[in-house]
Amino acid sequence: MAGDGPFKLDYAPSREGTDIVTIEPRNRLFIGGELVEPRSGRWLTTLNPATEELLAEFADGGADDVDAAVAAARRAYGSWHRRPGRERAKFLYRIARQLQERAREFAVLETMDGGKPIKESRDVDIPLAAAHFFYYAGWADKLDYAFAGRRAAPIGVAAQIIPWNFPLLMAAWKIAPALATGNTVVLKPAETTPLSALLLAEVLAEADLPPGVVNVVTGGPATGAALVGHPDVDKVAFTGSTEVGKQIQRALAGRPTRLTLELGGKAANIVFDDAALDQAVEGVVNGIYFNQGHVCCAGSRLLVQEPVLDELLDKLKARLSTLRLGDPLDKNTDIGAINSRAQLDKITELVAAGVEEGGQLYQPACTLPERGYWFRPTVLTGVTQSHRVAREEIFGPVLSVLSFRTAEEAVAKANNTPYGLSAGVWTEKGSKILWMAARLKAGVVWANTFNRFDPASPFGGYKESGFGREGGVHGLAPYVRLEGDNRG
Amino acid sequence: MTGRASAGGPSAPGPTDAVPTAAGSAPPSAAAGPGAVVLSAAPARAARRADRHTSRPAGWGAGPLSARAVDAVGLEARAADLAGRSLKKATKGAALDLAVRCTDFTTLEGTDTPGKIVQLCAKARRPDPDDPTVPAVAAVCVYPEGVPVAVGELAGTGIKVASVAGAFPAGLGPLAARLEEIRWVVDQGADEVDMVLNRAAFLSGDYRRAFDEIAESKQAAGAAHLKVILETGELGSYDQVRRASALAMAAGADFIKTSTGKIGTSATLPVALCMGEAIREHAERTGRPVGLKVAGGVRTSKQAWQYLVVVYETLGPEWMTPERFRIGASSLLNDLLMQIRMQRTGVYPSPDDFTND
Repeated sequence: MAGDGPFKLDYAPSREGTDIVTIEPRNRLFIGGELVEPRSGRWLTTLNPATEELLAEFADGGADDVDAAVAAARRAYGSWHRRPGRERAKFLYRIARQLQERAREFAVLETMDGGKPIKESRDVDIPLAAAHFFYYAGWADKLDYAFAGRRAAPIGVAAQIIPWNFPLLMAAWKIAPALATGNTVVLKPAETTPLSALLLAEVLAEADLPPGVVNVVTGGPATGAALVGHPDVDKVAFTGSTEVGKQIQRALAGRPTRLTLELGGKAANIVFDDAALDQAVEGVVNGIYFNQGHVCCAGSRLLVQEPVLDELLDKLKARLSTLRLGDPLDKNTDIGAINSRAQLDKITELVAAGVEEGGQLYQPACTLPERGYWFRPTVLTGVTQSHRVAREEIFGPVLSVLSFRTAEEAVAKANNTPYGLSAGVWTEKGSKILWMAARLKAGVVWANTFNRFDPASPFGGYKESGFGREGGVHGLAPYVRLEGDNRG
Repeated sequence: MTGRASAGGPSAPGPTDAVPTAAGSAPPSAAAGPGAVVLSAAPARAARRADRHTSRPAGWGAGPLSARAVDAVGLEARAADLAGRSLKKATKGAALDLAVRCTDFTTLEGTDTPGKIVQLCAKARRPDPDDPTVPAVAAVCVYPEGVPVAVGELAGTGIKVASVAGAFPAGLGPLAARLEEIRWVVDQGADEVDMVLNRAAFLSGDYRRAFDEIAESKQAAGAAHLKVILETGELGSYDQVRRASALAMAAGADFIKTSTGKIGTSATLPVALCMGEAIREHAERTGRPVGLKVAGGVRTSKQAWQYLVVVYETLGPEWMTPERFRIGASSLLNDLLMQIRMQRTGVYPSPDDFTND
């Protein structure tokens, strides 16, 4: 057997079929339980970012459409919020089961419309979306126990605006607690990823959810602005960029409308010298390259204790060379397509600024497909706190590496950002994890893992990462008015 | 792509961020692989960094007791992720062939008569009598008494004879007797010796004794290849697996091996990953590549190629050879043959189409 040369294990393409998905050429609005033509008469298009092929047209909801949707939600509110919790729960359970039934269809559609690897939509997005509906179904008849000694009443009509990075999952995060607590919803999906929300609308109709309890109004920024500005909306929940979050907050100033914001992040992933380094490398990779870095809580700043900096970087670079970038529908793909041309331009611009400011760029060799929007997994070393890439959210597969000497320094650097959504700590010492967690100003602190989500765990930010929590018992609070609470 | 990343920047490809490795080492997978993009607008800083790398001390530092911690959750998640890799068509065919070539075809029973070993060797030489293109296995693995028979049967075939030795499977005989057993099987012509780690010494914290026994066994084995069985199912944690791996490699093991196959818990994917990471680090630090053998409980082709994927993605293509990777198994072989026949003919064969040895 001697003399056998190195063996190349070239994974042959293992492509998930798309036959399971039917995409209508024109997708209407879902208002009052019906698919309706947009009164605006305008249509937008959505692309597959991996191929730049046109997937479908969808309605560009105007002010009249928003008005119709809010009115439908208002009409539905009356009987919906009077239903006993256990009755509302039945619908949520039904939706959850239906998401599981049609999981493959949702996964393929999500990957086609958004560019994320099928591995992730199949194993993360869709199962977690179903899990959120199951979880909040469980709360619907137990609200008296969620807020001990106080009665929780719904707020009314909730306007929910969701981003393009986890389209179905963010819809689930928002819709499930709203319905469990007796509110009705107008959901506005992101402009580049409207399709899974419309498939969800189909599921809601199949689950016999009363007309108007959830309405889906697709469109662009103007649609979102019209929804936020609508006088009959009682509550706004927004996930997206800090910039737009601030606009929404300004728009709602002086109004009784409740608001929760889940915005950007610039999370520190902090690796101590006693960490399980091989797993820390996996966590760093998962922290920043998961979903091409289109994750608000992405671990985009790697802080490494100096004694292991070089070793960790060596391991990280070696690991990057094994990442498989390409066709998102291939089950072996680790890195999919960038969601849109605009996002690709933004990432490209920021990385160029990083190199200009003195960062050293490292990208593994990998062939990029000819069509579509792609960006190689990127590491910028030699980054300092003052560099733009260490301060601004890139929302792409770009890791900025900084070093630290002491735990105090790590905390100071981690917190030295306008954001505060998440953080990661890697050490084998339990007491150090607790010490760090108490001092990190971040809504989520992961210990020896990263980007782990569970419907029972609250998620939300500090500072410019927003306010309000989604998930867990905490996630009910934004959707209820407690007895004796005079706000709104 | 380079252009895309550097658009707007004054970023001519700068001096490469020379891939840092411990002095004299050959990393299993070069950190900055060929074609990697390295850009810097600050050559001076890059050079300083390169300096810092070359001054890094080689070798073990505080020794095997400082072996890297292992996070169980992360390790198992990574193993599960790799298990999800999908092998199709030509890749699958090549992987099946490689799995056969990496098989240590094994019988370790008290009932192993010379007749049984003759049969085993015949199958090792030509696993599928109907298809001469199916490669031979890497080695036949037997108890010491079977060595002379196996050596006679396999002479001139290139198939190695491996023998367990050293009071297998507990390893708790007198050291002199264990070393004598190793010398004996090598005298009889064994090419490879599978010994067991002294778990009694290791688990009681007597690392020195565990280390010295392996080092002495290595000496006793002479030119024969020494595989050290860690019996990971008895070690209690991945941290301990990593530590035992580091210890065995530092003591001179040519291969580290998961299991004897004689207890309930044998090889698992996370354990193989854990040992692979230890091997990678050892190679980075010392330049010496150590082989990995998984044994016990590997019965299906799917399991076999999952191990191949773990080795490939952890240690790189250089490990995809029988010199550095083995699967100790018996019933696995027929499943591999069935899958190979299926690949080549498109028809699922019956188990009775293959010899039962």
